[in-house]
Amino acid sequence: MSTLPKPPLDLTLRHARARTQIIEFLIQLVLILCSLVAILTTLGIVLSLAFEAFRFFEKIPIGDFIFGLEWSPQTAIRADQVGSSGAFGVIPLLTGTLLISFIAMAVATPLGLLSAVYLAEYARPKTRAVIKPLLELLAGIPTVVYGFFAALVVAPILRGTGASVGFEISSESALAAGLVMGIMLVPFVSSLSDDAINAVPQALRDASLGMGATHAETVQKVVLPAATPGIVSSLLLAMSRAIGETMIVVMAAGLAAKLSLNPLDAVTTMTVQIVTLLTGDQEFDSAKTLAAFAIALFLFILTLGLNIIALKIVDSYRKKYA
Amino acid sequence: MPDYQLTTSPSLRKRHAKEARFKWYGRIAIGLSLGFLVFMFLAIILRGAGAFSQTKIYLDVQFDEQIIDPTGARNPQDLARANTKPLLTQSLSIIFPDVTQRKDKQRLYKLISSGAVYELADQIQGHPEWIGTSRHIWVTASADVDLYMKGKIDTSLDENLRKLKDRDVVWVDTLKAEGKIKKTFNTAFFTNGDSREPEMAGILGATLGTFFSLLVCFAIAFPLGILTAVYLEEYAKKSWLTNLIEININNLAAVPSIVFGLLGLSIFLGVFHLPRSTPLVGGMVLALMTLPTIIIAARASLRSVPNTIRDAALGLGASKTQTTFHHVVPLAAPGMLTGTILGMAQALGETAPLLMIGMVAFIVDIPGSVTDVATSLPVQIFLWADSPEKGFVERTSAAIIVLLVFLVLMNLLAVFLRKKLERRW
Repeated sequence: MSTLPKPPLDLTLRHARARTQIIEFLIQLVLILCSLVAILTTLGIVLSLAFEAFRFFEKIPIGDFIFGLEWSPQTAIRADQVGSSGAFGVIPLLTGTLLISFIAMAVATPLGLLSAVYLAEYARPKTRAVIKPLLELLAGIPTVVYGFFAALVVAPILRGTGASVGFEISSESALAAGLVMGIMLVPFVSSLSDDAINAVPQALRDASLGMGATHAETVQKVVLPAATPGIVSSLLLAMSRAIGETMIVVMAAGLAAKLSLNPLDAVTTMTVQIVTLLTGDQEFDSAKTLAAFAIALFLFILTLGLNIIALKIVDSYRKKYA
Repeated sequence: MPDYQLTTSPSLRKRHAKEARFKWYGRIAIGLSLGFLVFMFLAIILRGAGAFSQTKIYLDVQFDEQIIDPTGARNPQDLARANTKPLLTQSLSIIFPDVTQRKDKQRLYKLISSGAVYELADQIQGHPEWIGTSRHIWVTASADVDLYMKGKIDTSLDENLRKLKDRDVVWVDTLKAEGKIKKTFNTAFFTNGDSREPEMAGILGATLGTFFSLLVCFAIAFPLGILTAVYLEEYAKKSWLTNLIEININNLAAVPSIVFGLLGLSIFLGVFHLPRSTPLVGGMVLALMTLPTIIIAARASLRSVPNTIRDAALGLGASKTQTTFHHVVPLAAPGMLTGTILGMAQALGETAPLLMIGMVAFIVDIPGSVTDVATSLPVQIFLWADSPEKGFVERTSAAIIVLLVFLVLMNLLAVFLRKKLERRW
């Protein structure tokens, strides 16, 4: 054994404590840096989109973009004529996007809501345990698969049926893309609506049933109104999905911009135009490629707005019943 | 017991009927959704099943040294580039000696895939000892012959409307009668890269592209996601910063995937000049996309670890970090892993952002690392779906089947891990 005097106890402790504190601090720093990636990503998206869009608006006035009724970027290919000849009006793309999204929502809303009501109110726990994951499977299938199916199976069927009853349905109709997208959105609507319905206090149901209402009447007159905020936000989130969906429309919707609200027509969407403008080889500075960023910025703001509203509604609702 | 049906008023009966109807609406809605799912799966499986078999033609090939390797040097590189077309044409002429016209002969050779010459050259390179001998080998038939053998060409149709003419059909039928044509398992589909010829096109290149992208995605998203979740759940106090992070995570989860692609295009490619069309960039973009999914899942599983664990560790003198990383995180790991696998499954099917960063080119070569030019499985599906060649419809569906199998496997793995490892408190 050594005869050296032991250092005073509190000194080693202080040392150890200091070391631990430094390590703790460093680890926290690393953790914070990791968390900042989420913010950096958003910042990166906003900055890159805004920067390229800004350069686009230097070539094409922003008013022409937002209010323009014509979209034909192909004509603007000559460098000396950009802005004067190319038409970069986003309105036809917006109407096309909204048309397809509304068709999708027209499919997804009734299917999703009725499924949610059935699962939350009527289904036995065992049935629910089987059906719910199966429905959610619809959201897990890659959208390229839906796109392939829409273009190869649904569109020809629609065109065939249309022809037999005397309707001219384009083979790239908004209807085919919208229908298939609607099915894809069913679980987005049903899951969140299901949560909203389940969150309605049982006391409300008991009161209604106790007053002699049937189960269906209880659902329609008490549960659904109480769950409305949650349901609305689920619809908004599904709508934002529909607007941003790319592969289904790239594969099944049209390329030519057409200002039309006829679901049997071929319309194009914002996402389709981004893909067509940016795939293939183009120089990075042309108005054509920059236009894609302007559309994307528009798309980003649109979906972000819908999401923020949806999350706000959910939040306020949560507070109401918490 | 009184019969309520008799005593109920008409209005009550009406209300009960309504009740029953309402219930049926729900069943019908679920039935329609799931029916669509089944219909889609069936349509794709029926279309794609054919691609797993491939028509081959049996040829008696004479490996003439004069044609293959006139110098006799047996240099492997020269052998791989050997002109094997005469060998194939010769062999076909042996089977059909009465086809003598130049034009007819050319049609006859079209029965064999235009890629067969490369197949043969590869075989010669692997077996130089074959040179100078004569062997029976199976060579890949052309896409049209393949479709005919699978019954996908309607021969009652007018000759001018189909690519396989009446004469070709007679030839194929002759081969069939002699047992010199057969359908085998399509190994080329799993071992080849992309090709312009449907019968030569395979998914190995795309699958490896997907694999490398997911590898990069995992390497980035898993640590980042887990550490972010640990910070938000275990360390962070409520502040404007944590609030901002949470808002960002929630919003990123809902940003359209194509926007992430544009981010990759302008930042990763435009600012950092990373190599275009590579799994490296693809994986980075996918990582940013899957990050919110992983964070949300990891936070949920951290939250499910009871506070008693933390209190016990802290009470015994462990530091905050020791408590977190020695006790809480290991207990939450199964849930984190499950969430990560589900996030990766989502990334597996993602197509749009990869289009933006150029992983959409026609690439024959099979990628060997994350910096090689590549596509991915869903992008390959998109490319083939766009192809006008009829033979690609089958292959597109088959590629979708493979993609879905991968997805199912990943999901099963997640379910299995959850069942096996997760602890209920």
